[in-house]
Amino acid sequence: MASTDLSTGRTRPARPSIDALGWLRENLFSSWLNTLISLVLLWMIYELVSGLAGFIFHAQGWSAVASNLKLLLTWTYPPDQLWRPQLVFGLLALLLGLSAGVWRGITLVLATGFGALCLIAALLALALPATANQVALQAWQMCLAAAALVLAGYGGSTAARERLRWPVVIAWVLLYPTVILILRGVGGAMPVVGSNLWGGLMLTVLLSASGIVLSFPLGVLLALGRRGNLPVIRWFCVAYIELIRGVPLVTVLYMASLMLPLFLPGGENIDQLVRATVAVTLFSAAYLAEILRGGLQAIPKGQAEAARALGLNMFQTTLLIMLPQALRAVIPVLVSHFISLFKDTSLVVIVGLADLLGAAQGIVGQPQWLGTPGGVWRETFLVIAVIYWALSFTMSRSARQIELELNIGKQ
Amino acid sequence: MSHPISTEDIIICEHVNKWYGDYHALRDVNLRVKKGEVIVIFGPSGSGKSTFIRTINRLEEHQEGRIIVDGIEMTNDIRNIDTIRRETGMVFQQFNLFPHLTVLENVTLAPIWVRKQTRAESEIRAIELLERVGIKEQARKFPGQLSGGQQQRVAIARALAMSPRILLFDEPTSALDPEMIKEVLDVMRELAGSGITMLCVTHEMGFAREVANRMVFMDKGQVVEEGVPAQIFSEPRQDRTRLFLSQIL
Repeated sequence: MASTDLSTGRTRPARPSIDALGWLRENLFSSWLNTLISLVLLWMIYELVSGLAGFIFHAQGWSAVASNLKLLLTWTYPPDQLWRPQLVFGLLALLLGLSAGVWRGITLVLATGFGALCLIAALLALALPATANQVALQAWQMCLAAAALVLAGYGGSTAARERLRWPVVIAWVLLYPTVILILRGVGGAMPVVGSNLWGGLMLTVLLSASGIVLSFPLGVLLALGRRGNLPVIRWFCVAYIELIRGVPLVTVLYMASLMLPLFLPGGENIDQLVRATVAVTLFSAAYLAEILRGGLQAIPKGQAEAARALGLNMFQTTLLIMLPQALRAVIPVLVSHFISLFKDTSLVVIVGLADLLGAAQGIVGQPQWLGTPGGVWRETFLVIAVIYWALSFTMSRSARQIELELNIGKQ
Repeated sequence: MSHPISTEDIIICEHVNKWYGDYHALRDVNLRVKKGEVIVIFGPSGSGKSTFIRTINRLEEHQEGRIIVDGIEMTNDIRNIDTIRRETGMVFQQFNLFPHLTVLENVTLAPIWVRKQTRAESEIRAIELLERVGIKEQARKFPGQLSGGQQQRVAIARALAMSPRILLFDEPTSALDPEMIKEVLDVMRELAGSGITMLCVTHEMGFAREVANRMVFMDKGQVVEEGVPAQIFSEPRQDRTRLFLSQIL
């Protein structure tokens, strides 16, 4: 029916049916030049894939990663205390699941992203030679358990949405100090584990999360201060932002690590990790402030006028009208900043912390790999590159989902 | 008029002057508005009419003269300003709805945060108001999903939610497509009959003729002429008024 044109009665030309061979001829081998280019490209793809496959299946360094999984994940954290990072992992999973059930929307996106990541990590850990060590076995069980906790939290809180709202908010507020307390310990059943023993993926995630969470309020204040009416505060904010943005993170890290102890009484007692966290936070806040300022400036003047005309005070106008709109306008840039902050934390290696990158360096340098031809650095660094990529990719995909979620009201 | 107008002045403006740098935006504006009056302010663009009604809730600051709203003098005291803003609602040319909040949240925001009402009671009142302006069924949508006329009616409901004694309209129909002007004017007409004091900057002369108690013609920052609609339309005293009316009618 569709192929008959009603006005003329003629049949329309049938859609040319193309089989695979026809498609190839038309798109890849239509002229001698195209044929040549196609052949060269095919050869390059073949070389690349076969080379990579050969490397993946024949490289001897994978056992370096498998047998050192514990170092990669937590560095020198005492093996008999590993239940503590695991507990933190589980707490986070449960809380994400609970939030997803209570609020849906954005939190559901985040919980789904986290759960998916855990599942994939569990599968990957399962693929490792489980005989290699206890940690590989534990890792996939842990990841599976985390994914299950997300689900359980979601299920549990969906049933009790109204009642759980405030407890979950309070739990989020308490999460950060609780995590630090658990990892650091209080003595007794939880002996103190100095932060000089922390490292690996755990440290990378902790440092990035601290940087993001702590720099956020600071960035908001700086952005508001820079746009405010009070000259002294405005100048201070401008000076701070321009100073920090004018120097590389390495400089800020060195300042915090080496100079801070000179300025502060008893400064040499300040934990190295605290110094790095402060540096990352101060650094990130300056960039956040500028990102948020862009968002605030994009809001039409009428919005603040409407809020003030309704009788909302400055504080309420900022909190209820300006910030939510500014934040939603800058989500893509914000996430981009968080992703680069996450990867930038690898610079803490230079002040002596063993984050994911530092742990990898440590593993590569182990004496037992001296005999391995070519060393194990390719395999090890490939693995941490994949870890960095997977986490960054999850962040960016979640952000994309959040944008879609928030765009309901816009056209 | 369907409702009585009190003899009591609710807005008093005496010798109000305002400058933007060297530009003299308001020149010695005097106006007294009685409780329950509907005033239409009109005039060519740049005549200061928007600036003037925006001084009444301090979106613009006046530099000389006195503005007294509902017995409270507008000073730099933030408490006076906040009190006056709670008593005056404003409807803008560009609607200025909050795009990140639903229609219902737009209407309940100020009652909850400024009047400290509970969410439940403010929502009941909001639904009533949305019904009054004819868009109850849109309560859960976001402003971006509504037409211009619907958005402006939400904006009116939002202003009404604070139970203001005075409503300020700043060219409420100027940004609307012609077929949507009527639905907004119908709402304004209904409000005018309810006894609330209204100051409307508008070029809708049909609306003015029908519901205004008084009309104020402004030009170059001055009040050129004021009078009842019948007089303004049939025998304006000033040449400038006559010229302007002949251009727009």
